[in-house]
Amino acid sequence: MITKRIIPCLDVRNGRVVKGINFENLGDVDSPVKLAEYYSRCGADELVFYDITASSDGRKLFTDILCETAKRVFIPLTVGGGINTVEDFDRVLKCGADKVSVNSGAIKNPSLVGEAAKLYGDQCVVISADVKRVNGVFTVFAKGGRENTGLEAIEWIKRCVGNGAGEVVLNSIDTDGVKKGFDLEMLDKVCNAVSVPVIASGGAGCAEDFITLFKTLPKVDAGLAASIFHFGEVNIRDLKTLMAENGIPARL
Amino acid sequence: MIAIIDYGVGNLFSLKSSFSMIGAEAEVTDDSEKLQSADKIILPGVGAFSDAAEKLRESGMSELVKKLAGEGKPLLGICLGMQLLLDKSFEYGEYEGLGLISGNVRPIADVIPAGLKIPQIGWNALEFRKDSQLFRYIKNGDYVYFVHSYYAADCDDAVSAVTDYGAPLTASVEKGNVFGCQFHPEKSGEVGLNILRAFCEVS
Repeated sequence: MITKRIIPCLDVRNGRVVKGINFENLGDVDSPVKLAEYYSRCGADELVFYDITASSDGRKLFTDILCETAKRVFIPLTVGGGINTVEDFDRVLKCGADKVSVNSGAIKNPSLVGEAAKLYGDQCVVISADVKRVNGVFTVFAKGGRENTGLEAIEWIKRCVGNGAGEVVLNSIDTDGVKKGFDLEMLDKVCNAVSVPVIASGGAGCAEDFITLFKTLPKVDAGLAASIFHFGEVNIRDLKTLMAENGIPARL
Repeated sequence: MIAIIDYGVGNLFSLKSSFSMIGAEAEVTDDSEKLQSADKIILPGVGAFSDAAEKLRESGMSELVKKLAGEGKPLLGICLGMQLLLDKSFEYGEYEGLGLISGNVRPIADVIPAGLKIPQIGWNALEFRKDSQLFRYIKNGDYVYFVHSYYAADCDDAVSAVTDYGAPLTASVEKGNVFGCQFHPEKSGEVGLNILRAFCEVS
């Protein structure tokens, strides 16, 4: 039986992980390579590196640490942030990324998903959507959630999958940072609209939120979170055990 | 030295790194002399069967790989590289494979129940079907990482492990010195590294 994946997301700026991360047994760590190794040892099923650098110097640092990580961590690596062209795909894939996640880049250039899928295969292209309710309509936002694109989310995601996106990361802006659980209503709509894997993001505050997610919506394939893992509020190993106890397939 | 065949298909960075990790010397190469002198050969691959088979033929690797495998050199096909070991693929048409292991590549949609997602993406358990030299450092039920929409059908007693995705799908094959993994050992954590380590020790 295929397992439900647990995916920590690391925001990287100028080659370091953003947010003061403090693990009991690691001390303060901001090296993405060290953290990736740590998560891999703890049973993370996949890692997302999100590049929040604006400068080209920062981009170089990012690909350098990506290379270093890929030399030492042997689980799937997804890269997002600043992916606007096919050349950007090429740049991160050469450094060991397995999948590339596009967000604003796909909105600016609607042919990007299709071009990349043709070159690298559907399995390589992840569409990441930041979605918020606007007057009751699920609406896609760009630029890290700052810009309302006016696009209706379900149609947008369906179109991207039709063009070749092999996975969907759905980040609910409405639940993100609230720590009261994933956006089950929004996820349900997306899961029923597409046949590719859907990764839930935004809202996890505790291990039980993942149990509720996978129990309520068995079609969801993975849960992604950042701070609750980084701050040690949820230990991935314990979370996996809890999943197994609840009859949710997990890689222990 | 382990030669990882470079025929313009897929990303070989992680594969090469995983051999470095376990202390094995590996080289990504399209040089036929290096393949001949290598102790073992890896046939990687992602993407469409027809493209990859074509590239392998055009580069002259197809005949060479068959010849070296025939002489007893250990060969490991990974993902699409495993599918290429078989007789034929029915992915968007009908294409010839290397014919090193008898079997055909068919869509997983033919055998899995409706409602399951295609491709199968993620970690799934291995169910051993026979003793394999590749499994000496892992145990039945260990998880490995899969990404595929097609599977190796009709491989009969060459199947060394299956994985349950609503139906038993071939996870690995083995016949003499020829091995194949549908999953990605280079993305399957410690378990995957242990499979590669065992391949390095195949004699």
